[in-house]
Amino acid sequence: MAEMKKVATRDAYGAALAKLGAEHEDLVVLDADLAGATKTGVFKKAFPDRFFDCGIAEGNMICMAAGLSTTGLVPFASSFAMFAAGRAFEQVRNSIGYPHLNVKIGATHGGISVGEDGASHQCCEDFALMRSIPGMTVICPADGVEAEAAVKAAYEMDGPVYLRFGRLAIPQFHEEGFNFQIGKGEVLRDGTDVAIIANGLLVYEAIQAGELLAEAGLNAMVINMATIKPLDEELVIEAAKKCGKVITCEEHSVIGGLGEAVCAVLAEKCPTIVRRIGVNDEFGHSGPAAALLKQFGLSAEHIVEVAKELCK
Amino acid sequence: MTASEKNQLQITAAKVRMGIIESTHGAKAGHPGGSLSATEMFTYLYFKEMNIDPKNPKAEDRDRFVLSKGHTAPGLYAALAHRGFFPVEDLPTLRHIDSYLQGHPNMNTVPGVDMSTGSLGQGISAAVGMALGAKHQNKDFRVYTLLGDGEIQEGQVWEACMAAAHYKLDNLVVIVDNNGLQIDGNVADVMSPYPIFDKLVAFGFHTIAIDGHDFDAIEKALNQARKVKGQPTAIVMSTVKGKDVSYMENEAGWHGKAPNDAEYEVAMTELKAILAELEGK
Repeated sequence: MAEMKKVATRDAYGAALAKLGAEHEDLVVLDADLAGATKTGVFKKAFPDRFFDCGIAEGNMICMAAGLSTTGLVPFASSFAMFAAGRAFEQVRNSIGYPHLNVKIGATHGGISVGEDGASHQCCEDFALMRSIPGMTVICPADGVEAEAAVKAAYEMDGPVYLRFGRLAIPQFHEEGFNFQIGKGEVLRDGTDVAIIANGLLVYEAIQAGELLAEAGLNAMVINMATIKPLDEELVIEAAKKCGKVITCEEHSVIGGLGEAVCAVLAEKCPTIVRRIGVNDEFGHSGPAAALLKQFGLSAEHIVEVAKELCK
Repeated sequence: MTASEKNQLQITAAKVRMGIIESTHGAKAGHPGGSLSATEMFTYLYFKEMNIDPKNPKAEDRDRFVLSKGHTAPGLYAALAHRGFFPVEDLPTLRHIDSYLQGHPNMNTVPGVDMSTGSLGQGISAAVGMALGAKHQNKDFRVYTLLGDGEIQEGQVWEACMAAAHYKLDNLVVIVDNNGLQIDGNVADVMSPYPIFDKLVAFGFHTIAIDGHDFDAIEKALNQARKVKGQPTAIVMSTVKGKDVSYMENEAGWHGKAPNDAEYEVAMTELKAILAELEGK
């Protein structure tokens, strides 16, 4: 396979904000002293008068975004996932979720691929926190193209959205112009032996796993489930019926994320054997992102291992 | 303001206080103490200060009020009801199952409520966002937010204050109801927020100290706030928690407790006497 272009979804986020900002006067951006890292700095440079730095005060930023949205603006509030979803959870819950305000939370640096900063900054709990809030849409795009499309879709829908982006540059496998729909999974490979349902940077790993499994004689279905909530239940059930076995993959704790969302649907509507690949109820630690992903089993190789074991 | 205007406001305040007693009695729960301490402010804001229309509660150019100390919803609801946003008769349904009058303000169920609040420290941040939104869009509406003196123990309040001054929000008025009491006792004993006035000055506010039960003082402060340019205004109002209900005054125990039937009768008798005296003037 030809070397694929690598883009961090946070970079796509910044680019998408700048692009959308040029078309929509009502789009404003807030950040908490991390514009350089979250890439909202790209928007800041283009539209300085529509960028509000809130300083290192994420709780206040989230509620300010709530207030701004009540005046007809569409705020994107950004910080690292750890602080946007973690530190400011209760502000998101009470000031955005409960009144169901039109605020978009652009959270970057999700998961352990944050790397060297270590566990304090590696948020593996954000899907769990955000999907527990009634009415919250939760999206984790798989590459730069999808990230950009997801930002646009989030802007266009009315209501709160949590978007998770990554720090690490990852292969951009979607074609430009890819049609992203909130709440719709994407079948990347059809198969009948095992369904691999992934999101974020695990999607590309799942695609590779699908190819490796094919070489070993196993026909895997590979699904990109970028929207964790509302979950594409129909597709989950269809895949489970077709394959009889499901593997979920996410750069998140196995507790409360995509894996448990899939399990909940299947347990109630189509009991199926599931294996969850994710971070196993432990904290991350410092190290290069690629090494960490390998060590924590968030890799094509590990998916293949689990699939083979499951299909024995 | 003229003597008759002031008398009218005082009459309305007495009715708002009766609404607070009616609603918390009806709810068998709720927060009368801090609702009664802020009654003159609720009354002045909704009957004199703010540009609002009960027939069009979501009007884009309306002034906004955010009850950051959301637990004193009974005071806000009583003012809104008497101003015509919804029937006064609904007040006793406060906190009832299926009532739109939620225990803490809900902007999606209660006409006239501009922000859902209840978790302390968050309303002021939302108010900062609203004021910033107005400035950014060159809209000239004003934003008012009311905080408790216990509430300002929340660190987020000071994050919001920093932002209000940083963005030079002269369309924002932050009001602190300094009744001196919180659930566990004197604010000074629980975790002293003092000196409140000096802190707000240091955080960049044009700060005014007033007697929160004096309509002339309230009017003067809010008029002054309109003239301040380039910085937000803070009003620290000294008040009596449980004001005008004898057994509730200055009693921390009435922070979050409803009057029983006998206590309800006493409170209503006292408030009716105050109202009769005002109406006789």
